[in-house]
Amino acid sequence: MATPEITQEVVRSFDLAVDTVRELNQALHSEASAGRVVVRNPGGRHAVAVGLDAPYEVEIEGHVGYYCAGMNKLATVRVRGNCGVGVAENMMSGLVVIEGSASQSAGASARGGRLVIHGDASARCGISLKGADIVVRGSIGHMGAFMGQKGCLVVCGDAGDSLGDSLYEARLYVRGSVAGLGADCIEKEMRAEHVAQVRELLAAAEIDDVDAAEFRRYGSARRLYNFHVDNLGNY
Amino acid sequence: MSAGVNGWHPGLRESATFDRNSIAEIQRAAREGIYDIRGFGAKRQVPHFDDLLFLGASVSRYPLEGYREKCATDVVIGTRYAREPVKLDIPITIAGMSFGALSGPAKEALGRGATEVGSSTTTGDGGMTPEEREHSKTLVYQLLPSRYGMNPDDLRRADAIEVVVGQGAKPGGGGMLLGHKISDRVAEMRDLPKGIDQRSACRHPDWTGPDDLEIKIEELREITDWRIPIYVKVGASRTYYDVALAVKAGADAVVLDGMQGGTAATQDVFIEHVGIPILAAIPQAVESLVELGMHREVQLIVSGGIRSGADVAKALALGADAVSIGTAALIALGDNAPEHDAAYRAIGSAAGYYDDYQAGLDPAGISTQDEELAARLDPVEGGRRLANYLRTLTLEAQTLARACGKSHLHNLEPEDLVALTIEAAAMARVPLAGTSWIPGLVAQP
Repeated sequence: MATPEITQEVVRSFDLAVDTVRELNQALHSEASAGRVVVRNPGGRHAVAVGLDAPYEVEIEGHVGYYCAGMNKLATVRVRGNCGVGVAENMMSGLVVIEGSASQSAGASARGGRLVIHGDASARCGISLKGADIVVRGSIGHMGAFMGQKGCLVVCGDAGDSLGDSLYEARLYVRGSVAGLGADCIEKEMRAEHVAQVRELLAAAEIDDVDAAEFRRYGSARRLYNFHVDNLGNY
Repeated sequence: MSAGVNGWHPGLRESATFDRNSIAEIQRAAREGIYDIRGFGAKRQVPHFDDLLFLGASVSRYPLEGYREKCATDVVIGTRYAREPVKLDIPITIAGMSFGALSGPAKEALGRGATEVGSSTTTGDGGMTPEEREHSKTLVYQLLPSRYGMNPDDLRRADAIEVVVGQGAKPGGGGMLLGHKISDRVAEMRDLPKGIDQRSACRHPDWTGPDDLEIKIEELREITDWRIPIYVKVGASRTYYDVALAVKAGADAVVLDGMQGGTAATQDVFIEHVGIPILAAIPQAVESLVELGMHREVQLIVSGGIRSGADVAKALALGADAVSIGTAALIALGDNAPEHDAAYRAIGSAAGYYDDYQAGLDPAGISTQDEELAARLDPVEGGRRLANYLRTLTLEAQTLARACGKSHLHNLEPEDLVALTIEAAAMARVPLAGTSWIPGLVAQP
């Protein structure tokens, strides 16, 4: 394992060209005190910085594979690159920032905390969302927020087909075009409280060049919440 | 025309095709315009363990003395990768059933019963409750497509993780919990509004195939520091391939659920027409494991219609390491008990027939979220009944194993079995009784 380097504060450093992901995660699960951690040469490795349970500030200098920051609690994880499938899946709290783009299922089932993607996100962004907030600076692919239950998905660009299919109570805000809405997802009125919410989420994501008033809101029509013979054509 | 003895009368002939059940279902469908949703497992007759017999010992084999000689029953699950594998005293575990589908006291009773005899229980689609963690010495935590109630704290509190791909009652289908069972607590645990019909996803949100599953399992191991075993549960369908892919993905154990396996709520057409009997699935799974050199390395846990110690012994003889019970465990707690017959009849059913687990009106207080009904089940007494039942299954399996000369249940083997029907012989891959013929494998002499 790499030797801690001393700057103004104690910063632990891992080089995944030398250290293993296992060593990194074990160290992050074992340390009594959180702090700043720098991860170099991630090389697209999977499961980097997963299961954190303390207010670490993890900076990953490059691209990561699947499930980076999976089930994150309390920690801030910043990826200076792109990430693979399922970034911040089932996140409980904390902050995950992707400076590049994200692959499929970004923020899947995330229950709390905030995921910010400065590039684009692929299909199923925010699938099964359960309370976290996701802000995407670019566009998202198809099936965004599929079966989303709680939380917000803010897309500054465009959304692909079947947005919000089988949606529950998650709120979706899209500034650009929407290729198509999924089953039981409808456009809803963008009232002042919603503009304020988008403004707040953009500010928290440190995105200051996008006007919250330009977004449109989508949510569940709640027509399919209970099985009924009259709804069969909608499934 | 009045009915004669036992309802029969000359001139009254029931159609084998349009029997009374078929006629009633057509009438119901015409009336309601939507499929029937119910609980329980497949009710149709399929080749099952009853179609197998043990040969027992005689001159060519010698038996163990029935009451005194040791016949061990322990099993260790998760020896492949986990630092802390699951060690059980008996190879009969309690299958995953959710809080939501079942009442809190019912989940507690399952934990008490399993713990008393040194076995494990399993959470379900809805997360882990503190009560079931407290009362289950060994608790398997399911990771389901819905991810209801999934959180890393419970993951770390678990003794094993079970990645649920499917279940025998509905391979390819997701869960269902109808609105009248969504109490405040259930709604909160699942992050959903109270009273809506919940449709659990049939696909996981963050992986889609065997290569992804391998990486998903790696993530779960990293989160739990490679401490606890990871099972993969599949419904019995393309079993040979599913087991091979689960092993390739890194599973410590494979849980294989046949079509007779129960459910809390699914379309009747799904329960009765999708998946294959557990009898047909076990040999496929074992073949897959043997070919990969992983039989007994990756443990095989089978379920779907296990009722007796004979079923347990036969499943193990076919190559399983352990079995899992769900429906039978609920019956042991008091489901379908005769003392509730009047209450069952009041809601259009009867003791011995009740399968409306989706309705939340269970007179036995098991498949309900109604507090008054749930209070009918005393979790201590229920746990004691379940422990009694599990002990009986174990004693029965030991009796049969000793008769076959086996000092451990795991020493039972296919060679100890014959089949009563050609179908069972072909599926279980054991000879038709009195012959050496295994259809599809060994030609008739």
